[in-house]
Amino acid sequence: MRQSFLPVLTVVSTIFLIWYVAAIWLNAPWAYDKATRSGAELTTQTLIADTWSQEKPKLPAPHQVGAEIWKTTAQKKITSKRSLIYHSWITLSATLLGFALGTGLGIALAVGIVYNRTMDMSVMPWVIASQTIPILAIAPMIIVVLNAVGVSGLLPKAMISMYLSFFPVVVGMVKGLRSPDTMQLDQMRTWNASPHQTFWRLRLPSSMPYLFTSLKIGMAASLVGAIVGELPTGAVAGLGARLLAGSYYGQTIQIWSALIMAAALAATLVGIIGVVQRLTLRRMGMA
Amino acid sequence: MNQSVISAQNLDLTFQTNDGPVHALKDVSLDINAGEFVSFIGPSGCGKTTFLRCMADLEHPTGGQITVNGVSAAEARKARAYGYVFQAAGLYPWRTIGGNIRLPLEIMGYDKADMDARVARVLELVELAGFERKFPWQLSGGMQQRASIARALAFDADILLMDEPFGALDEIVRDHLNEQLLKLWARTEKTIAFVTHSIPEAVYLSTKIVVMSPRPGRITDVIESPLPKDRPLDIRDTPAFLEVAHRVREGLRAGHVDD
Repeated sequence: MRQSFLPVLTVVSTIFLIWYVAAIWLNAPWAYDKATRSGAELTTQTLIADTWSQEKPKLPAPHQVGAEIWKTTAQKKITSKRSLIYHSWITLSATLLGFALGTGLGIALAVGIVYNRTMDMSVMPWVIASQTIPILAIAPMIIVVLNAVGVSGLLPKAMISMYLSFFPVVVGMVKGLRSPDTMQLDQMRTWNASPHQTFWRLRLPSSMPYLFTSLKIGMAASLVGAIVGELPTGAVAGLGARLLAGSYYGQTIQIWSALIMAAALAATLVGIIGVVQRLTLRRMGMA
Repeated sequence: MNQSVISAQNLDLTFQTNDGPVHALKDVSLDINAGEFVSFIGPSGCGKTTFLRCMADLEHPTGGQITVNGVSAAEARKARAYGYVFQAAGLYPWRTIGGNIRLPLEIMGYDKADMDARVARVLELVELAGFERKFPWQLSGGMQQRASIARALAFDADILLMDEPFGALDEIVRDHLNEQLLKLWARTEKTIAFVTHSIPEAVYLSTKIVVMSPRPGRITDVIESPLPKDRPLDIRDTPAFLEVAHRVREGLRAGHVDD
């Protein structure tokens, strides 16, 4: 922990430095524009001060985003429509539901592929094909079709999350369930173990390292799916809605604060899986 | 005592590969009697492991007949007639040593009290008592292999099939394990088929040594060992031992003439 502190600090301060410099560079034209119109003279100092405090900057400075996040989280009631926590929760619930569905579907498909020759030959190409369709194109279709059959709210968004998150789980679990070597499978055969026993006692435990890696990717994909799913719903609520509303009204600070929030959410979720992974694999003697 | 446990008659096994058929076994006939310790020795590709796998119903002969305990190899496997020890210990890292030994017992549906008693008994047999709660990575390679032998002994099988179980271990550990294996064989009175490519190991352990040669895999010599059943390690320096070893070496050399 202590050894990584200095390198992390260095990288973070470099990012902030680049960010601030880029803010000056990108927002300067607008500052000059304003100055010309009002006939004011811009010194370097006032230029910098202006580029870091515009209302609708091309690139908001980090402290502006920070202030916006603080204002919309700590200073708003959680139930308020302007609270970023409220919107995060909307997105998080769709993400988690979609992740659970995607993981379930992914494991089920993987088991089918490993145990059924017909599925082995037929399902994988479809699974891969499903991921070549741009999610932005198919997301509105899912929303519209599900709405037409009377399903709205959380579930359509969760379906899009599922659509993105089942893929890494299928791929990882097929590999994981096939990871026991010939000797281990022969050994099961010498004991005349049933396929059921071989699955629960050998294949499933062997696949755990693969599963956790897949879950991390699946979780991140699930969050992207939930946000994308919120874009065509008419921007009611959720981080995706905040992004869309922000872009309608040129509220760049709002967009960036939603983006940072989404990134923090993803990091937290993936981090939680990482902790569970470490604990599980250590307990299993596989870490 | 002279009842035949494993009996092979004119066994043939041909693998179809992309480079054409490979004759892994050709016209192999052999009887293994109850309580015997039979070693199979020969260069790689001579079919010794394939023959052992035929006994275990892990390979299927393309010709001839093999019976185990008087029934077909497949029926014997389903009746759990043998314990099989592979070259690698193959312990599950997520199970303790006790848990690993319990694994075949769970699969075969032994009840809990019986399992505990059996685990304790076989751990004592391979001198690993007290290691039940340890994980495989906490044990040395030799101890892991002993645990895997314990696992093969835990259920009621009168036959032990061993495929180069000590092949990956160093000489000193190997000597020690060979000595232990002989004691264990004397105590359990199992029938053991043992694949190796070490001449001293084969001669030291066996009552019967089967010399095999490759392309096609076949038996070139069967040597009944004249050594007494009680064998201290230094028996390996006696003239009787050296004579048997010499005959094995001659047999191996004869099999090599054609390549």
